[in-house]
Amino acid sequence: MVPISAYLILAAVLFVIGTVGVLICRNIIVMLMSVELMLNAANLALITFSRALNIMDGHVFVFLVLTVAAAEAAVGLAIVIMIFRNRETVNIDRFNLMKW
Amino acid sequence: MSEYSQYLFLVPLFPLIGFVINGLLLGRLPRWLISFVGCVSVGLSFMLSIMLFFDLKGLPPEARLITQTLFTWIPSGSLHVNISYLLDPLSAVMILVVSGVSFLIHVYSVGYMHHDPGYGRYFAFLNLFVFAMLTLVLADNFLFMFVGWEGVGLCSYLLIGFWFEKKSASDAGKKAFIVNRIGDFGFLIGMFIVFWQIGSLDFHVVMDNASTVFVTGGTLITAVCILLFVGAIGKSAQIPLYVWLPDAMEGPTPVSALIHAATMVTAGVYMIVRTNFLYVMAPNALLLVAIVGAATAIYSATIGLAQNDIKRVLAYSTVSQLGYMFLACGVTAFTAGIFHLMTHAFFKALLFLGAGSVIHAMSNEQDMRKMGGLKKYLPVTYVTFIVATLAISGIPGFSGFFSKDEILWKSFSSQYGHPLLWVIGFVTAGLTAFYMFRVVYLTFHGQERMDDHTKAHLHEAPKSMTVPQVTLAALAVIGGWVGMPHVLGFTNYFERWMEPVVSHGVHTGESHAMAAAGGYAGAELGLMIASVVLVLAAIILSRRFYNTRPELATSLRERLSGLHRLLVNKYYVDEIYGATIVRPVIYFSLFLWKIMDVVVIDGLINGFASAYNDFSQFLRGIQTGRVRSYATLFVIGVVVVVAYFILE
Repeated sequence: MVPISAYLILAAVLFVIGTVGVLICRNIIVMLMSVELMLNAANLALITFSRALNIMDGHVFVFLVLTVAAAEAAVGLAIVIMIFRNRETVNIDRFNLMKW
Repeated sequence: MSEYSQYLFLVPLFPLIGFVINGLLLGRLPRWLISFVGCVSVGLSFMLSIMLFFDLKGLPPEARLITQTLFTWIPSGSLHVNISYLLDPLSAVMILVVSGVSFLIHVYSVGYMHHDPGYGRYFAFLNLFVFAMLTLVLADNFLFMFVGWEGVGLCSYLLIGFWFEKKSASDAGKKAFIVNRIGDFGFLIGMFIVFWQIGSLDFHVVMDNASTVFVTGGTLITAVCILLFVGAIGKSAQIPLYVWLPDAMEGPTPVSALIHAATMVTAGVYMIVRTNFLYVMAPNALLLVAIVGAATAIYSATIGLAQNDIKRVLAYSTVSQLGYMFLACGVTAFTAGIFHLMTHAFFKALLFLGAGSVIHAMSNEQDMRKMGGLKKYLPVTYVTFIVATLAISGIPGFSGFFSKDEILWKSFSSQYGHPLLWVIGFVTAGLTAFYMFRVVYLTFHGQERMDDHTKAHLHEAPKSMTVPQVTLAALAVIGGWVGMPHVLGFTNYFERWMEPVVSHGVHTGESHAMAAAGGYAGAELGLMIASVVLVLAAIILSRRFYNTRPELATSLRERLSGLHRLLVNKYYVDEIYGATIVRPVIYFSLFLWKIMDVVVIDGLINGFASAYNDFSQFLRGIQTGRVRSYATLFVIGVVVVVAYFILE
């Protein structure tokens, strides 16, 4: 039996990798992929607790998160396409309009 | 209620209508229409005043009081001020004098201002002035009177600075306005005390309650009277606030005649007579009024001796005559004060109109040293000027004699009088005769000292100017006949007419005098003869100095050169005021401007603004627009929040 802590550590590691990916990557597509990684790290943690405590709530949440993640990916990719059409690049640092 | 009394409000309204027409259509009307509107509006007022006067005369003396309330102006708590007019013997005399003299001067202005480009503006201001002056004399409460009081001040300012392209004229206008403000401040405070103590500003309410609210001779009533008198000092150009009046001669000459001789400057005297019921309760204030009046009379008469500008001599003479009127008020001879006000309005307006005619003929030359021998060029002006000069000098038979003599007698015999006051008035009468005949001799007699160019243009004034002069000359002669003294066996109609208005406190003094009538009659006659002799002597002296033996005047001037310089420079009062008051005020204002306003107040406001600005600039730096830095801050925020909940 793999201990719960192993799952949780894996989830934490995945989450940190995702966060760092969002923070340091300039490519929007990589950033979106990192966000997916973070969402799935959270899913892993939810499943872990659900199994350990033997209640089904965690599973339900995971389905919800998966749905939202799918929608987010669709919207996010659409935005990426629009940005690319505008700027001919996927470098997020070239797209700094969100200020004063 | 009498026949015309419901039309009382029309008396000030006519000139207002004239002002509105001429003022709104400034310069768009043809000249004849401007003068028509200007003169007719005042003429209608004058006619109505005459009808009202006879109306009032038809009533029994104790019923001679008509009030007309138009509407409530300020209904605010206990303060209740009406727009209402009061016609009693005093205001009836005043509206007659004001509208009558104004009408004549309007007619005169048609000729005098004929070439002026600001013709429409001139008549608009003049009409506005008449409106304000009539409001002042007809108002039945302090506040409404103050409206007229300020209105005449405004018009005076506008008309002194009528030729505003000239720096000296606009400066003189400002000076008049500012000096008047000082007096108005006193008037306002006095009014506040009256309202605070009595709770009303209506003259009749104040009159009815004054004796119960105030203690005779008490501090409060004395303060009220002195503060009101400060207002009168400003408006009527008495020491120490007289300095604006000589400078006011920068205005057109008919304006000097109307505003700065006949009407506006007498507003102070009118105000004191209107509130005489207060003054009789404050003997100390009366003493002050008498002293200031007497001091001003003799002081400005001495300045008048040495001035060379014809209008300035007349200006100082006006100040001096106003001093007489205050002297009369100060010895509770209110009737005599108003009587002198009336006769003075006639002869002084005439003197100014004569001076205007001379200036007109001399192509705007005002220096008497460059005149002389004008008698044969300006015969009508000469004769009328002589009449006015005889009147102001107090030659028996002319109006000035009766009024001035009554003042002199009252200043001697009244219970508030004093022989010293009489002596001052007596000497002033001599000085007046001397400097007025100096003007006559320098201007109309002797050598012709003008240059050839001016001489070629000498001409008598047009009809529109001479007719008012002749009319005023007639008034300057007969105007005094309504108030001839008892002692010569006449009936003093004027005194009897004014009786309902002047306070009854006076009569104890007079009956006291009457009680000893036997001794007094002789004294009155004696004093009268003395003053006539003095005046005649002064005239003869003046003739020797300025006509038959001018070298005498020159040698005297050289012998007393220090005194002469002092008089020519008007005792250096303007310079003293400049150094002690005007300069410090200017420096203080500069301090307020450069230090208080620019550094402190602006600095504070701008400091706050720039502090906010700098802080915003700092905050703005955080909002870079880069998604990754936003994400970083977001993560930091999450870490902080989570850490907080974990560590708690």
